[in-house]
Amino acid sequence: MRPFEYSRSPSLSEASLLTASKDTLAIAGGTNLLDLMKLQVETPGQLADINRLGFAEIEDTGDGGLRLGSLATNTETAVHPRVRADYPVLSRAILAGATQQLRNKATNGGNLCQRTRCLYFTNIDQPCNKREPGSGCGAINGIAKLHAILGTSDQCIATYPGDMAVALSALGATVQISGSKGERSVPVRDFHCLPGDTPWIENVLEPGEIITGIVLPAPVCGRQIYRKVRERSSYAFALVSVAAVLKLTDGKFSRADLSFGGLAHKPWHDPRVGEALLGQPPSDTLFDKAADILLEDARGFGENDFKIPLTRRTLHAVLAQTTEDAA
Amino acid sequence: MTEMISVNGTAHPLPEDPRVSLLDFLRHDLGLTGTKKGCDHGQCGACTIIVNGIRINSCLTLAAMHDGDSVTTIEGLGTPDEPSALQRAFLEYDGFQCGYCTPGQICSATALLEELAVNWPSDASECLEGRIAITREEIRERMSGNLCRCGAYANIVAAIEEVATGGKS
Repeated sequence: MRPFEYSRSPSLSEASLLTASKDTLAIAGGTNLLDLMKLQVETPGQLADINRLGFAEIEDTGDGGLRLGSLATNTETAVHPRVRADYPVLSRAILAGATQQLRNKATNGGNLCQRTRCLYFTNIDQPCNKREPGSGCGAINGIAKLHAILGTSDQCIATYPGDMAVALSALGATVQISGSKGERSVPVRDFHCLPGDTPWIENVLEPGEIITGIVLPAPVCGRQIYRKVRERSSYAFALVSVAAVLKLTDGKFSRADLSFGGLAHKPWHDPRVGEALLGQPPSDTLFDKAADILLEDARGFGENDFKIPLTRRTLHAVLAQTTEDAA
Repeated sequence: MTEMISVNGTAHPLPEDPRVSLLDFLRHDLGLTGTKKGCDHGQCGACTIIVNGIRINSCLTLAAMHDGDSVTTIEGLGTPDEPSALQRAFLEYDGFQCGYCTPGQICSATALLEELAVNWPSDASECLEGRIAITREEIRERMSGNLCRCGAYANIVAAIEEVATGGKS
């Protein structure tokens, strides 16, 4: 690890001021950042430890929703009684990721900001436009098994690796952000960016901005499902995952919020998929139509071509689950 | 004021170099070499310790971040004469071969018992709420952050199962 200065931020404004500098990174759980620092993918001159700023509470909101502090750990979130009861897709998504040890340390804010596990990004001897703009993308025509099939660019085909944010996207959660210019809220669905020509920009955080919380809307009835397909049964990133909030009323879909992991540089939410399902009775034909819409612009890069049919089948399985429950 | 960390009940000053991981602090500065460095990237679990009652990978956290924290390592769980229940069970069930992963396995399993006691669900749990049924599938899922290069998994699971169920499985 390269030498760096370390300081424990006494206040949010102090942390904001420090991290406004390009050379300073905020550290919370550290499970991703310290790993990247050991690999010299990240070489900050200074770390601002934000762990003691508060923001660790999980509390009810006035309208029946739930606010997750950005510094609450993934474990605290997944095992919280209200998350388990009202937002099971979120508990399931968190529990499907990483290991107990990592979830115990990883924070909600850090989880949103985690970096891709693309092998070219994490190996400083390889080209990567995200890590070293202009150096090229090793994954295109390279080892691309985990890589994206939607929203890619000729600069980058990396995926956002997390599970939690996929569930937050399906639930319509909002990220609360604080910075020198004040506070703002951004829907989780708009928080992460597509790579385009600037793959090093992964989310909408401006320099000095820090996530303070995540707000879940009031719970909806219906079925919540998180289905993750991976290469081993535990401790592996998603090849594809589906977070679904589904409801059938009189035999027809009255709610169909779907987000997908492992497919893109961000949790993938295509509103046209839900729109195609709403008001329709479940059927194989309908599920195929939803998959057609979702995968209309999908493009494989050789090693990850399998993700296109795999996504179709996984979506099918999730949607079919709602009818099985009703039967 | 010097920043301090408690390790197995003894207070120690924290290192000055912020780069020192909690793992290296325990092994190099304190000489507590029971905690092992396997991958140093949070993938193998050999460095698992218990901080404020919670199990974490000590390789992926800086010692400097732990002012005031209370750490338990394998050295704090039992002694050769008075092993903890899990230490005894690992011996009885032959829950290791080379033994390198064992301190991490036992620290991890020690915290696992506490997590089961308060019914934290896992990816293997049928229901998110209510009492967690202690099955081998649950134990395997909850121990997936601890790799064993010798492949002693069957015996590791058997040892944990015996302690978790009080021998009633």
